[in-house]
Amino acid sequence: MSVDDKILSDLVANNVEFVTTVPCKQLAGVIDKIENSPDIHHVPSNKEDEGIGLCAGAYMGGKRSAIIMQNTAIGVTINTLVTLTQFYRLPLPMIISYRGELGEPVACQVEMAVHTKALLAQLHIPTYHFHKEEDVTELDAILKHTYMCNKPVAVLTDASFWKGY
Amino acid sequence: MIRSDVLREIAPIIADQLVVCNIGLPSQELHMIDDQPSTFYMLGTMGLSSSIGLGVALAQNKKVISIDGDGSVLTNFGTLPTIANNVADNFILLIIDNGSYGSTGDQPTYAGKKTSLAAVATACGCENVIECAAEDTAEALRRAIEGDKMTIIVCKCESGNIKVPVITMDPVVIRARFMTEIEKRNG
Repeated sequence: MSVDDKILSDLVANNVEFVTTVPCKQLAGVIDKIENSPDIHHVPSNKEDEGIGLCAGAYMGGKRSAIIMQNTAIGVTINTLVTLTQFYRLPLPMIISYRGELGEPVACQVEMAVHTKALLAQLHIPTYHFHKEEDVTELDAILKHTYMCNKPVAVLTDASFWKGY
Repeated sequence: MIRSDVLREIAPIIADQLVVCNIGLPSQELHMIDDQPSTFYMLGTMGLSSSIGLGVALAQNKKVISIDGDGSVLTNFGTLPTIANNVADNFILLIIDNGSYGSTGDQPTYAGKKTSLAAVATACGCENVIECAAEDTAEALRRAIEGDKMTIIVCKCESGNIKVPVITMDPVVIRARFMTEIEKRNG
């Protein structure tokens, strides 16, 4: 099973029925699977904090939700993560492409990569780093953990996990 | 009419509806006028009332009214194309447009100057956009609730605030009672 298929099937198996996405080259395959899945309502967002608002609403409306975005968006979403998702204790799996790690061709991406884990740690957001393809086997447990603890949880997926792009 | 007058007039109309209310004075005023468990009060996160409301509307079948402000919509402009392209006929966005950032001291917004939020919403692809005077908001909202079409109402009113206490309810309590109401109504 491809990594994209595994991510989709874990989301579906954990009853995640509402996913919002912001485009990313690395995540393009999984975004495509989500768009074409009959089990998931896909709502593309124009900005990541907007997407987190949509996810908060969908969860309160009765559907488990998740966001797919780049790590550069951590800067955009800090206020929303803290004053909406954490303040109201809402669960939110965040599947994040970890741009700027080994294999990154665009120098500017490294600037945000060096801050990503520190920011997530400062926000007390449980963080998992997928570096090798087999790391994806943890996703099912991470999703269960997210809904157990009602927190935003970050899954960082780097270029070596995606085998380049 | 100022925003609190509009909220007073629409309070009986929205009392039995699912409502997501904008951060700051709108939530504080609505809470003081008529607190309902079916209202989600935003205590932070300026700009996301429309996004949260659309999320709730897309996830279940009951009507949802997002009460927003012109300043907040300007903060999250990307919301209008998202709303236009993800039509939920159980969603109403009521923008109370007083041309100012009320909660921070009535600094003027661009919506009070050259920018028309109704024209922007239309340009973004929203199909039912109504701009009305403050006095006509209650009637426009009543009609929108009766009609089963996603509607954006831009209510033009005067800027101005009244003295209101802050909301001290725990956010988790606000969220839990809102979710309980949604479950009950969809159950």
